[in-house]
Amino acid sequence: MAEIRLEGVAHSYDGGKTYALNPISMTWEDGKAYALLGPSGCGKTTLLNIISGLLKPSEGKVFIDGKDVTDVITDDRNIAQVFQFPVLYDTMSVRKNLEFPLKNRKVPREKIAERVKEIAELLGIEDDLDSKPSKLRSDLQQIVSLGRGLVREDVSAILFDEPLTVIDQNFKWTLRNRLKRLHLATGVTVVYVTHDQTEALTFADEVLVMDKGSLVQAGTSESLFLEPQHEFVGYFIGSPGMNFLDVEASASELTHNGKPIGKAAKAGLNGRHRFGVRPEFLIPSSEAGMEFNVDRIEDRGVFKLIHLSKDDFKFIAKTEESYEAKVGGKATFSFDPKRAFVYDLNQKFVSTVSPSSQGGN
Amino acid sequence: MDAKKKNNRAWFLVLPVVFVVAFTAIIPLMAVANYSLQDIQGADNRLFVGLDFFKRVATDPNIQDAFARNVTLSMQILFIQIPLGIFLARLMPKSGWKASAALVVVAIPLIIPWNVVGTTWRIFTRSDIGLGGVLINQFTDYNLSESTFDAWATILVMDTWHWTPLVTLLVYAGLRSIPQAYYQAAAIDGASAMAVFRFVELPKLRRVLMIALLLRFMDSFMMYTEPFVVTGGGPGSSTQTLSILLTTIAIGQFDIGVAGAFSLMYFLFIQIFSFLFFTVLTLDERPGATKVTPKLKSKAKEENKEKPVNSKLKKVLK
Repeated sequence: MAEIRLEGVAHSYDGGKTYALNPISMTWEDGKAYALLGPSGCGKTTLLNIISGLLKPSEGKVFIDGKDVTDVITDDRNIAQVFQFPVLYDTMSVRKNLEFPLKNRKVPREKIAERVKEIAELLGIEDDLDSKPSKLRSDLQQIVSLGRGLVREDVSAILFDEPLTVIDQNFKWTLRNRLKRLHLATGVTVVYVTHDQTEALTFADEVLVMDKGSLVQAGTSESLFLEPQHEFVGYFIGSPGMNFLDVEASASELTHNGKPIGKAAKAGLNGRHRFGVRPEFLIPSSEAGMEFNVDRIEDRGVFKLIHLSKDDFKFIAKTEESYEAKVGGKATFSFDPKRAFVYDLNQKFVSTVSPSSQGGN
Repeated sequence: MDAKKKNNRAWFLVLPVVFVVAFTAIIPLMAVANYSLQDIQGADNRLFVGLDFFKRVATDPNIQDAFARNVTLSMQILFIQIPLGIFLARLMPKSGWKASAALVVVAIPLIIPWNVVGTTWRIFTRSDIGLGGVLINQFTDYNLSESTFDAWATILVMDTWHWTPLVTLLVYAGLRSIPQAYYQAAAIDGASAMAVFRFVELPKLRRVLMIALLLRFMDSFMMYTEPFVVTGGGPGSSTQTLSILLTTIAIGQFDIGVAGAFSLMYFLFIQIFSFLFFTVLTLDERPGATKVTPKLKSKAKEENKEKPVNSKLKKVLK
């Protein structure tokens, strides 16, 4: 169990021409579960491998419990890592697999047997100890490969690199719950890499959203959903993602093609910006609001997705099942002033936006 | 296993292949079978002799010796080339232009025709003008037309030079297909380089090694051109392979009946051996093999290895 601290850690695979990971400084608190969320190629696996020591960062330092481990090899870091697919020694039985890391470290035999028994009980694989891992179900295989990491004593952290990728759909849920329970039972710091937002949001205490090698926002699932600090978070989290619109700000009044959209809460805003509102917070309104054409309605059973268009842009609104609208007809929508945002050209959050009083026809 | 009735009519799709193979392999082979069962003196003068020729082949001391030589040669070749191939493959660069360059260099011996390999080595090993021959003679006496050991060793080294690259390329491909995660996991587990080889690479290389073993066995057991060019089977008959002997019997002595029987037995031996070899090595990958426990498996292996080889071989060799 340990606290992991990164100081200005960055990595480039091609000697500094491009950075797979831009400088990151942060602390992973002891015993918490973190999720690294982002699309493929955003640097999450790179970051993970830096923590586990499989990769030495081009810049910056890594501390585990205050000790500089930047130059310490993986072997000595006491970190368990679970990969995208079950990584097992196929010629060994499950028991041998679990014994392997301890044998390599010349742990006395009785001690090994004891540890293997403990871990097998913890993971619920006592009955499978003598079978070959290839005979097990894929989710159990993943559990066994996790066990190989946990069997060492005083594991500092468990790193999961998209561990559910190759697991049968039916067992994904069970395995995730099992991993979650395991985290609670052991109290080990967990870092969980995924590109699946549901996985990240349900598993972790804190979700770190990454894009193009940078950390764009860290927070609870709630804050990521309600207060996206970066356009990417708005777009990546939520289904469907946030609606965006290019706007021109002039003394905080936002317009699109000369038509008013709303007023930013922050005073004195000028120039080009982007306006963003989640489909959930586009609210049907009978009075003031923007009038849209209804292009298409997707009835998803418990909610409806209304595809709207107006002039040269399109929005999607997520409404209650009871909402009625005619395809091809008109509909008026307003938005929640606390949940509509304006972003600058660096895609960073600037201010909230309240609906324009004129309506916007 | 399942209640569904199986429709086996798809087998009819194999018919075109059977037809083609009939003309390319089966019918010519039947001509050989025809020779092996009859003593043909002339166009109208033939005598059915049954298995007489087969018995002669099986009891001929020359053929027996050649068979023993071939088995020894193949075993030595496998014993040297497989480990050497793995060793070289592990040394090769993993990516970039160096990998491409290494691949080309390694593959060069493979694209040289057998005859050319033989001729090259014939000249290379000459003790009067050959680079290799002269060089070795500086340290120790070397003459492959006089010393049986020199001749044998030369064949072995030449074949190793010619064919180890095949093993290397197969193993290299096998190594490249092992996901990086296995190495990373091994690093986290604190595995030594030896343990990584033993528990990660070797199990993953099983299939390519099996193919390498099979190909090297078949090729080396059929070896003809290179020893024919380099040593002509000599000195004496010390490097005479089955193929060389067969040619001598068939073309030199024009003993068609014996040669026919010889060919069939030669062919069947390689066929059966390869089949058994493949079957044994893929035993636990077959459907329905899941319930085989390690103990039973080794027993089944032994049964498969011992019985059919012996009984079938005895049948063939008698």
